[in-house]
Amino acid sequence: MTTSVDSETKRGGLRALHASALARSRWRTAFLLSPPLMWFLVIYLSSLILMLVTSFWSVNDFTQQIDHHLTGANFAQITSGAYVTIIWRTFLLAALVTLTDAIVAFPFAYVMARVATQRTQRILLGAVLLPLWASYLAKVYAWISILEKGGALNWTFSKLGLPDPNLGFTNGAMWIAFCYIWLPYMIVPIYGSLERIPSSLLDASADLGGSAWSTFRRVILPLALPGLIAGSIFTFSLTLGDYVTPLLIGGSNSTLIGNAIYENLLTGGNLPLAAALSTVPIVIMIVYLAIAKRLGAFEAL
Amino acid sequence: MQGNEGMMKHKGMNGIWRRAAISGATLSMVALAIAVIPSGAGASGLTAPTAGMKPQTSIGKGEGKLNLIAWEGYAQPQWVKPFEKATGCMVNALYAGSSGEMVSKMANGGGGQYDLVSASGDADLRLIYGGDVKPVNMKLIPSWGEFRPFLKSPGFNTINNVHYGVSLQFGPNVLLYSTKTFKTAPTSWSILYSKKYAGQLTVPNNPIQIADAALYLETAKPSLGITDPYELTQTQFNATVKLLQQQKPLIKAYWNLASQEINLFQSKTVVAGAAWPYQTNTLKGDGVAIADTIPKEGATGWADTWMLAKNAPDPNCAYKWMAWVSTPKVQAEQAISFGETPANSLACPIMNKLQAGSCAGYHANQPDSYFKTIKFWKTPLSTCDNGKNDCVPYSEWTNAWTQITG
Repeated sequence: MTTSVDSETKRGGLRALHASALARSRWRTAFLLSPPLMWFLVIYLSSLILMLVTSFWSVNDFTQQIDHHLTGANFAQITSGAYVTIIWRTFLLAALVTLTDAIVAFPFAYVMARVATQRTQRILLGAVLLPLWASYLAKVYAWISILEKGGALNWTFSKLGLPDPNLGFTNGAMWIAFCYIWLPYMIVPIYGSLERIPSSLLDASADLGGSAWSTFRRVILPLALPGLIAGSIFTFSLTLGDYVTPLLIGGSNSTLIGNAIYENLLTGGNLPLAAALSTVPIVIMIVYLAIAKRLGAFEAL
Repeated sequence: MQGNEGMMKHKGMNGIWRRAAISGATLSMVALAIAVIPSGAGASGLTAPTAGMKPQTSIGKGEGKLNLIAWEGYAQPQWVKPFEKATGCMVNALYAGSSGEMVSKMANGGGGQYDLVSASGDADLRLIYGGDVKPVNMKLIPSWGEFRPFLKSPGFNTINNVHYGVSLQFGPNVLLYSTKTFKTAPTSWSILYSKKYAGQLTVPNNPIQIADAALYLETAKPSLGITDPYELTQTQFNATVKLLQQQKPLIKAYWNLASQEINLFQSKTVVAGAAWPYQTNTLKGDGVAIADTIPKEGATGWADTWMLAKNAPDPNCAYKWMAWVSTPKVQAEQAISFGETPANSLACPIMNKLQAGSCAGYHANQPDSYFKTIKFWKTPLSTCDNGKNDCVPYSEWTNAWTQITG
């Protein structure tokens, strides 16, 4: 009897202690989280909301003063004519770059994670990450000097007796430059997910008579998929938002969404139309991230 | 009357603006944008809202600071440092990348922050009719008397004898070509529309480029009756846009920066293009086999003006700056530094002293008649000179350009 009362009070005391500790830690968590949360709400979210509101305004064609009456005209404009072409072009290019990078990055990441010795692995990882230290612009200009007329590629082809590819200032040049620049962002997450696969699973697959191909298809690929999707988020979204590469290495048919935004914002002075265009990549990315989340990509980040 | 209205509207705007500044960073963005609503009117009637504002009659003590919206390279230490030393006005320059950006910055809240804007002719009328800039008293600019006559009161910055700024520098948009492909100088802009050079041509990525096509059609297709490439009726405009659409597959790239065009010529990717004398001089300096010419149809060109913001917080420093940059020495320095032609006719010998042959290189030694062939950029308005109201306004130019290049 007494013991039970004792234990009751003891338990109650513990519970009270636990509750107060929990409350204190809640306060501490709230305190610690509030600055980043405030930053997120005030600076990040509010500017996004402002942008969304702006996209329903219009601009005086002549004086470029902003007219604050709400209108859907900007959205009508970006869903017709040249803007549709631009949006499609950007989407397809981003998809193509992502696919190419996935195909190039997977075998590379596989060798890094599962074949190479620890020493080679470190060297390879360094080689992948090293270009990230170089300026983006330097890399684009390097590609210009490779692809342009009189560049390294044409020179090599002519030495081999082949016709000039003349890739400089075309959409093909843009594709190559994007694939190169974003490649590390694809390799690293795939490498991470491949490295985490326990060797025992591969052994088990082999013990059960699985061929190399079926091990790859039924064990490795499903386990590496989150990494692959995480990488694709980077390559896809980075291509979707870029405007410098098309500006420098693109041709007369290389306008992307980013360029259209840049032109409307800076040369056209049409902030509302630029804001409306900015919602396009956001919508595309929301859909993309929703799919990626369902496929478990965020566990590999 | 119109002017007074403009001023009253403006005071209201200032009040809102000040309150907004107190209420924090994010909110001020909203308020700043809202603040411009009252001053939105005035453009359609095409009377300059600030025409009635009396400019100051003397330059007082400097305010100690000066805020500029300028083209990159227009506020170089070479002439800014001596100016700061002489006047005590510390210069803070914000570089703009395009005429559109300049107008946008001045129209949407910038009017009360900035003193001067180095606007090009395609922006001037938008700034004037938008009420963003105010009249300038030319008596306070001593070197103005030395200016080339055609830049003293040009139509793009002077309306009904009211000056809205001081002309600065100008230059033609020339036809740049490879001397390897063209043994003799091309005599017509037609090569930029010729299938013969498909994939080897480049033109600027700028809606005002429509005027270049219109200028070509003025001679090539007289039946259209184009007399001014900036004043096009719908029929003339459609014909010009059609020409540009046919030109698009021939274009290798639309250039945004001078350096891009230089790169295209250096690598021999293109053989002809529309350019500025700056590109010609840079490429010649690098030993690239190119030359430029003004073909028989004439050329378009730019002429820049320092315009005084309606709300300029530092008007005395602004006047001191306008006077400073108009002097022959600074005019010569800027002409060479940027690669354009000075407005001041006395700058030529100083240019040659700074860099031998530069005066002739930038055509600064040419008589006014030479520049008559240049149709300087001006904002296309719906009101034509013929008094009818049937010209295609600038907004449709930008739309058409997006549709052409997109």
